[in-house]
Amino acid sequence: MSDHLVNINDLSIGYYNKRGSLVYVLKNISLQIKPGETVGLVGESGCGKSTLGYAMMGYLRPGSRVLGGSVQYDGRDMFALTPRQLESIRGTEIALIPQNAGKSLTPTILIGRQIIESIEYNANVPKNIVEDRMLELLAQVRLPNPAEISKRYPHQLSGGQQQRVAVAMALAGEPVMLVLDEPTTGLDVTTQAHILELLRDIVYKLGTAMLYISHDMGVIARVSDRVVLMYAGEIAEDSPTKDIFKSPAHPYARGLLESIPRLELAGIPKSMPGQPPLPGTLPGCSFAPRCPFATEICSTNAPELTSIPGKSRLVRCHHWEHIVASDFSMEMKNVFHVVVRKPQDKPAIELSNVEITYHQYGLIERLQKKPEPPSTVSGITLSVRRGETLALVGESGSGKSTIVRAISGLLPTKSGKIQYLYDDLTVVVDNRPLKLCKQIQLIFQNPDASLNPRHTVAEIIDQPLKLYFPKMNRDERRTRQIELLERVRLDGHYRLRYPGQLSGGEKQRIAIARAFAAMPEVVLCDEVTSSLDVSVQAAVLDLLTDLQQEQKTTYIFIAHDLAVVRAIADRVAVLYQGRLCEVGSVDEIFSPPYHPYTETLMGAVLAPDPGAEPKLLASDTPELSPPAQGCAFQRRCPKFIPGTCDIETPPWQSITGSEGHKIRCHIRPGIFADQVILKRIYKESKGKTQDS
Amino acid sequence: MTVNTQSTEQKVVLKRRSPLLETWENLRRSWSGMLGLSLIFLQVLIALFSPYIVPHDPQEMDSKDRNAPPSAEHWMGTDKLGRDMFSRSLVGGRVALVVTVFGIALAMTWGGLTGILLGFLGGWVDEVAMRIVDALLAIPWLLVLLIIVSTFGTDPWIQTLTFGFTYGYTAIRVARAATLDYVTHEFVLAARARGERKITIVLRELLPNVLDVLMVDGAMNWSWMLLGFSSLSFLGFGVPPPTPDWGFMIAKNREILATQPWAVFGPALMLSILIVGINLFADALAKAMGLDRSQGAPV
Amino acid sequence: MIVLIARRFFLASITLFIISLLVFIGIEALPGDAATAYLGQSATKESLKALREEFGLNTPAPQRYLNWLGGFLRGDLGQSMARRKPVSEVIGNQFRNTVVLALAASLVGIPLAIVLGVITGLTRDKWPDILLSLLAILGMTLPGFVTATVLVYFFSIRVEWFPAIAMIPSDAPVSEILPNIILPIITLTFVMVAHILRLVRTNMIDVLTSDYVQMARLKGIPMVRVIFLHALPNAMLPTINVVALTIAWLLGGVAIIETVFNYPGIGKLMINAIGDQDLGLVQGIAMILAGIYVGVNLIADLLTLFLNPRLRTTRG
Repeated sequence: MSDHLVNINDLSIGYYNKRGSLVYVLKNISLQIKPGETVGLVGESGCGKSTLGYAMMGYLRPGSRVLGGSVQYDGRDMFALTPRQLESIRGTEIALIPQNAGKSLTPTILIGRQIIESIEYNANVPKNIVEDRMLELLAQVRLPNPAEISKRYPHQLSGGQQQRVAVAMALAGEPVMLVLDEPTTGLDVTTQAHILELLRDIVYKLGTAMLYISHDMGVIARVSDRVVLMYAGEIAEDSPTKDIFKSPAHPYARGLLESIPRLELAGIPKSMPGQPPLPGTLPGCSFAPRCPFATEICSTNAPELTSIPGKSRLVRCHHWEHIVASDFSMEMKNVFHVVVRKPQDKPAIELSNVEITYHQYGLIERLQKKPEPPSTVSGITLSVRRGETLALVGESGSGKSTIVRAISGLLPTKSGKIQYLYDDLTVVVDNRPLKLCKQIQLIFQNPDASLNPRHTVAEIIDQPLKLYFPKMNRDERRTRQIELLERVRLDGHYRLRYPGQLSGGEKQRIAIARAFAAMPEVVLCDEVTSSLDVSVQAAVLDLLTDLQQEQKTTYIFIAHDLAVVRAIADRVAVLYQGRLCEVGSVDEIFSPPYHPYTETLMGAVLAPDPGAEPKLLASDTPELSPPAQGCAFQRRCPKFIPGTCDIETPPWQSITGSEGHKIRCHIRPGIFADQVILKRIYKESKGKTQDS
Repeated sequence: MTVNTQSTEQKVVLKRRSPLLETWENLRRSWSGMLGLSLIFLQVLIALFSPYIVPHDPQEMDSKDRNAPPSAEHWMGTDKLGRDMFSRSLVGGRVALVVTVFGIALAMTWGGLTGILLGFLGGWVDEVAMRIVDALLAIPWLLVLLIIVSTFGTDPWIQTLTFGFTYGYTAIRVARAATLDYVTHEFVLAARARGERKITIVLRELLPNVLDVLMVDGAMNWSWMLLGFSSLSFLGFGVPPPTPDWGFMIAKNREILATQPWAVFGPALMLSILIVGINLFADALAKAMGLDRSQGAPV
Repeated sequence: MIVLIARRFFLASITLFIISLLVFIGIEALPGDAATAYLGQSATKESLKALREEFGLNTPAPQRYLNWLGGFLRGDLGQSMARRKPVSEVIGNQFRNTVVLALAASLVGIPLAIVLGVITGLTRDKWPDILLSLLAILGMTLPGFVTATVLVYFFSIRVEWFPAIAMIPSDAPVSEILPNIILPIITLTFVMVAHILRLVRTNMIDVLTSDYVQMARLKGIPMVRVIFLHALPNAMLPTINVVALTIAWLLGGVAIIETVFNYPGIGKLMINAIGDQDLGLVQGIAMILAGIYVGVNLIADLLTLFLNPRLRTTRG
């Protein structure tokens, strides 16, 4: 069809590695984009989606080359153009919104100038109007005070603001198509929701086509008309959004959707074992080794992209008919397995009015009689029972990491008490007895940084063994290492590997094995699944709950993803700017009444469901520090009461009928009447997804 | 051009590949690195075996043939006293090599450990120490070397100690910077949270990682040290005669530069070969360890 | 902003103070004292006593330090034992001469190095880069005296273009000095360019592979503009520090060049002073050179402060 905007034909891209062998990144990709269409390009890390997006602009990472096929924009072969021609297309017709706006804006040039530069090179605007146009663009992306922002440097803006500037820059040339490379990665949940709505609005008004690259199915569901799912450098499925979410045709699509935790379903989703292969390395279907539907033909014959008759869907699978036929939504519910936990009644960790601060109020400030800045974290009173999982939820700046670091003794506590049984945890770790250190273990978010790259796995797991069980001899420790590895579902021979040879999921398992080597009572998990691919996440959550069942461990689990919290937690504490907002059991927190902030968070969640609409209840103005007086959420709260919320600290209100459910707000619980209405809407929307 | 045919279980099939092995493999692929390494190796061999392979005794004075240009008998001619320049050039580096090799080892060790400690401990100890290091670096290196040598004499072991001490400052800086970088990585925090003792953390977690940077810096420093050493001997503050030494030879033979340039070029060439070799090697080592961050050409 | 500047000045003075302490302690730590050092083997009890009286070496060390420091701040650098004159008089013209040499080399070398560095960064791994990088390695690794000697051989002896030795009195006017020091200038320039070039190259490559340069290209901006407006300013920032460090290094190395060419500069004076064991003079020279180093670094620091938006402004 020649009225396509973008026509990618049998494209293959690869590079030569250090040893001189050819490595494919993309293999035989064929894809078309119509004018005004939004295509969501989804896949996990390593599938090649970024490379494809950049190829559309005629750009290749240094060292890569086109091995076959072509990328055509408006009939022109992007890789056959001269640099001049490419310059005239880029920005003017196709514009990029990059992944990390902060790093993509030149640090030494003012924001306003950078946008003006885009206008000058990409749009036909008469000279005297250029500056007005720049301010217009900044207003269009809903930045308050465009004139002031235009006079700032990139590092002076928050992440969300930087991203909006990137959008403004991209729109300067009034492009026909936008390529977005995971633009909301690293942004807070609420900020993400806002930026997505902004993009939807703009695209609707201007009729721009979009290629939206992401690994987040929720985002894709909200934004795309059509979804292209990639696996191991190839297209696995190409379907309209509704179709792929309602009844996926490719087993990988199925597996992916089944492995995403959901807000409305309790329990842990199903995980997909294994990892993607390098593109083009298997004789048959790339997904066959991991596929529950695979038969013999799958490992020998690579399937072609076939079109499903009647619908404009393409799928690369031998068995798609069988897969499309089965009832996906029924299966989905069965796939989640709930783990019943019975925590004991005894508290494991108790925090009383804990206050922690990063600011050093030095001598000079004291002499100047400056008021002390508000503490990073304050007023934290929580308790976790033995065998229970407490989730700490919040966005950046909420203080959840700070609290966990204080519990593990890496940070000093300014005031308040932290107790573990009879031990005082306000003592810094260097001064704690070894027996106490053993009982409280910490697992970090970033698997790359939490394992020493120069130690083998054996050495990594050996360290806690040597430290806490000095009586074990070498052979005993060796046996125990293998035991622990098997416990985290890794084969014994992983002992000899170095972290550099492992995948993210494997590294995280090693970190878990290391923590459990100490046989601890309490394990602190700091966003341990946030850096992992979705399909691997479920497996790690599974593993953690298994270990908990076995060892009766207590978890304090930090997450920003509410769906993950739903899957794994017993009790939840919601934090904002270092202050508690709401505490309760999982069911209590996820149903009304809500603290206004909890409500905002829940509204901003993007469910992997094309019918779901996020509710933007609060603006996403960045907060730099907690307010000196009154409620932490006062600056953004949709229910703000002037004169009260900004002066008095809100009291704790217990919710009648629910023991242990407390909300910290000035609004009386009775007045949460409109929340009951919300509950009804919530139930209704659940019904909707079930039917369509 | 074979397509990479590893199976799905590719990670499992890979042999044990320590970071050290990978560095060596990368190094082997760099022609400049291997060239540098060969040159170093060549000079070390010469230093070790030259007394036994020289065509003439370096001290032997051939009174007939003074200031002679290169000939079949004297490949590089002779100097003012009739000594064979080729032989002298070959043995001229022995003291330099011994002093600098031991000196570098000393400098990297004390500088590296101090740097790691400072980076790890932080706080006012670090602040004060860095001020002192900054101040020390401000004093011209030549001055310090000359004063110490002129006061304490030119015994090679004293020189080793002197060089070892003064060249440790850059090691402190480099080690400290690398440590500061790693200290925020979670594996160090994890060790702290476990309750490991500070000394264990420094030696087990930080040192192996900082070793990379130290080795590259050590290689570069070695060439600086050679430069410093030969400058000292050039100025007359180095190894006293009659021991042949490159720097001293170059200085003394400058008088006859016009008529017998090889008396100067001989030792100069030998010195240059060694220093250039070290630099090429250090550069390639940095690249092989991934410390040379630039990868890829502009768009 | 004023606070930031004041802070830098304050730290620089602290460094100078520490330097003065270190220099003084260093000299004190040497065996014997200035008198024994100077007289050396020809020392007799009487001559030692006389010298000590004359130069006030009998007062206790802390007292002497304070006197010396006080004098230094007033411009009095102490006394030269060998020449029986105040140090400032001895240094006088020599200092100016070294400045002439260093300045001439810097004015040629620094811009040249930056331009060449940018070129090698842009043409990475192609022939201009390979050629220049090789020359840079030579310049960096060959000791100054080797380079100087080679230059002298080819340009003074084989072809008599330039003088091999600077035969000028120390108080000659600048116009007379310059034509006589072409070779030393070339030597110094060669070494300087070699150092700075390599580091500018690295900075340039870093910046050219950064996300924001990539983004600028993908915005459809022509390469030339990207290089000059987006890449260069960011590459130059870290270069300032490199230049400062090189100048500092120069202060040490210039002594050797001056010796080779017999140029009456402060470096040569320093070596002679050490040879004479004239510790008073040595102390004075050490402080001056260290002072210049601190000064140059301070200027570099302040320049970076002014030019780097990230340091100038705080999060709005």
